[in-house]
Amino acid sequence: MSVTTQEPASYLGAERTVRSWLLTTDHKRIAVAFLVAVVGALFLGGIFALLLRLELLMPEEHWVEAALYNRLFTLHGVIMVWLFLIPSIPVTFGNFLLPLMIGARDLAFPRLNLASLYSYLLGSVVVIVGAIAGGADTGWTFYPPYSAQTPMSVSPILIGVFILGVSSTMTGINFIVTTHTMRTEGMTWLRLPLFVWALYATSVILVLATPVLGITLILVWLDHAMNFGIFDPAYGGDPILYQHLFWFYSHPAVYIMILPAMGVMSEIVCHFSRKEIFSYLAIVGSTLGIAFVGFLTWGHHMFTAGMSSFDAGVFGILSMFVALFSAIKVFNWVATMYKGSIALPAPMLYFFGFLILFSVGGMTGVGVASTSLDVYWHDTYFVVAHFHFIMVGGAMMGFLAALHYWFPKIFGRMYPERLGTTAAVTVIMGFLLTFVPQFLLGNAGMPRRYNTYPEHYQTLHVISTVGSWAIAGGIVLVFAYLLWSVWWGRPVGRNPWGVLGLEWTTSSPPPKHNFTLPPTVAHGPYDYWLGRPDEDDGEPRT
Amino acid sequence: MRTMESRVRDYFADLAQQGHAARLGIWLFLASEALLFSALFALFAGYRATYPTEFRAAAGVTGFGLGATMTFVLLTSSFLMAESVERVRGGRYGTASWLLGGVAVLGIIFLALKATEWGRHLADGILPGPGYHFAELPERGARIYFTLYYLMTGLHIVHLAGGVAAVGVVLALNRRRRFTPEYHPQLELTGLYWQFVDIVWLFLWAVFYLDR
Repeated sequence: MSVTTQEPASYLGAERTVRSWLLTTDHKRIAVAFLVAVVGALFLGGIFALLLRLELLMPEEHWVEAALYNRLFTLHGVIMVWLFLIPSIPVTFGNFLLPLMIGARDLAFPRLNLASLYSYLLGSVVVIVGAIAGGADTGWTFYPPYSAQTPMSVSPILIGVFILGVSSTMTGINFIVTTHTMRTEGMTWLRLPLFVWALYATSVILVLATPVLGITLILVWLDHAMNFGIFDPAYGGDPILYQHLFWFYSHPAVYIMILPAMGVMSEIVCHFSRKEIFSYLAIVGSTLGIAFVGFLTWGHHMFTAGMSSFDAGVFGILSMFVALFSAIKVFNWVATMYKGSIALPAPMLYFFGFLILFSVGGMTGVGVASTSLDVYWHDTYFVVAHFHFIMVGGAMMGFLAALHYWFPKIFGRMYPERLGTTAAVTVIMGFLLTFVPQFLLGNAGMPRRYNTYPEHYQTLHVISTVGSWAIAGGIVLVFAYLLWSVWWGRPVGRNPWGVLGLEWTTSSPPPKHNFTLPPTVAHGPYDYWLGRPDEDDGEPRT
Repeated sequence: MRTMESRVRDYFADLAQQGHAARLGIWLFLASEALLFSALFALFAGYRATYPTEFRAAAGVTGFGLGATMTFVLLTSSFLMAESVERVRGGRYGTASWLLGGVAVLGIIFLALKATEWGRHLADGILPGPGYHFAELPERGARIYFTLYYLMTGLHIVHLAGGVAAVGVVLALNRRRRFTPEYHPQLELTGLYWQFVDIVWLFLWAVFYLDR
């Protein structure tokens, strides 16, 4: 790549030393480092998922004995939830795009951002080394009293997740302060891109919920390592109190995963329909609504833990408010496409995948929020299928959509569209194949967390396992052609999609401080009725 | 002394924006800290509902006079902290240094008082967790009470010790004349943090010393 005289050097090419990457405070470089790390976590967590599915191919025990199976699903859950899903979109695309989208030169606290990266890396290493060398069999939820009594070493995982929580809190504070103080001239609150609103709501949850999880994990660690007995009934402790504290964070954590994905989808549906969002205020309101009501729903994880029917009813109804806000969003996205000029590149395919999978996940969520149904479905594959529809069908679709949509901005090169489309269809179909059978299995009574099962469940388990191979194949394909494209993809100009949005007005990849001059904003982010910008794919115009 | 312009980091437009970011940042940090302590207070409330008599009896063991003294020490330090910010705003840096020194000394006195108190409890057999063998109150509820007592006051001590260190840093900055009446965010932020730690103590005082 040659650097022209008019354009300042891109953030990728500005400095080339290893030190300039390790000690960078540029939000874009930190985002790329985070991207490499969370994709690594995705692959690692995925390998454990494949091993689980492989064992479930046959009804009787084959490769994985029961104790090892417990360790594998713990590793899968811990890595996917704590190392991939919770940080994924905010630390990568949030980090990269928030300053670009609001016209800022960087985040408000660039050194804090770097500290957040290193806490993430430290926490991840502690978790992974601890989990593989020592091992844990508690599941990703660390429920006492078992987590206090298990002979396996849970301590490194608890400490590692605590450090990851510190990283999350730093990112959350940074994003909120940046949104408040760094907006460029004319970027009013109601002109913020919806992705920025989603990051804002997510950050509020990160800042307010993560400390509760952090201190709770420390307490479990004291119980496990030093026998403090805070949650141990043998010493008068109450394990149910742990569940309250744990889910006070971990239910909102679901919205930490899904809200950024929803923000990505709001961007993509507008830009690839070339239309203004159907109702900006409804999307913003429902985003903040989910963040708020998310703090009041934790009890629905404990319907079968001896909760009074009155409390269960209250938590059930509050949980259904989340479905209400989500339905407002789905309605808005569909209405946005109405009479739009719809293009169908890979990001838009992931949007359709998201729309269908998230809707199914959401509606089954209303099902499990109903106490009478939950008692039946609790701890079965129905619940497993439900939360995978939200986490994989929702959050991971968002991650992949964002990765394709902003790839040309981040690396200045385009991915091969045909492979992109193929991979998107493979992942979505593979997902349906994997998790639709799990709804049926759960409804037929198959409990979760067993490595063996009665023979009459086998057909559905085989379909599910084959589906998991399709997901894996699709994901491997995605990262194979993306990695190729980073070096050999077709170079693009500022705005290869021909869409609105401040991030597309600077060069691809952007220069170190994002904009040559601070931009001024005169209209909303989706005002396609004003006309659409020309596609700038880097080819010379005649 | 550096000029005001040279203090603006290159990603901020001006000093006002930079100061706004710093203040908002510390408030959010304090909000997350409040939730950190809230989790423990919620746990305390849960166990107090389960073991009301044991908790009341145990609260009688902590010294009322000592608790009141520690509260007095911390409230005074907060007063000096607020005054030192006011002095810097008025350009009287020398007085501010003396006041900050006072804050640090009072913080250390608090830590010393807390250490004596913990020492006395430990000598009585009141240990956290498995080592608990207090003859007067052998019940399980009392053991949980004192485990929470050590955890919550311990977390507070960690925060207070961090505060003393921060006060030391701003004292050094002030002596090097790094603050101006208009721009002194490190001092302001340390002040807010110090008051926060003080307020947490007021709640700890209420549940561990007054609830008998």
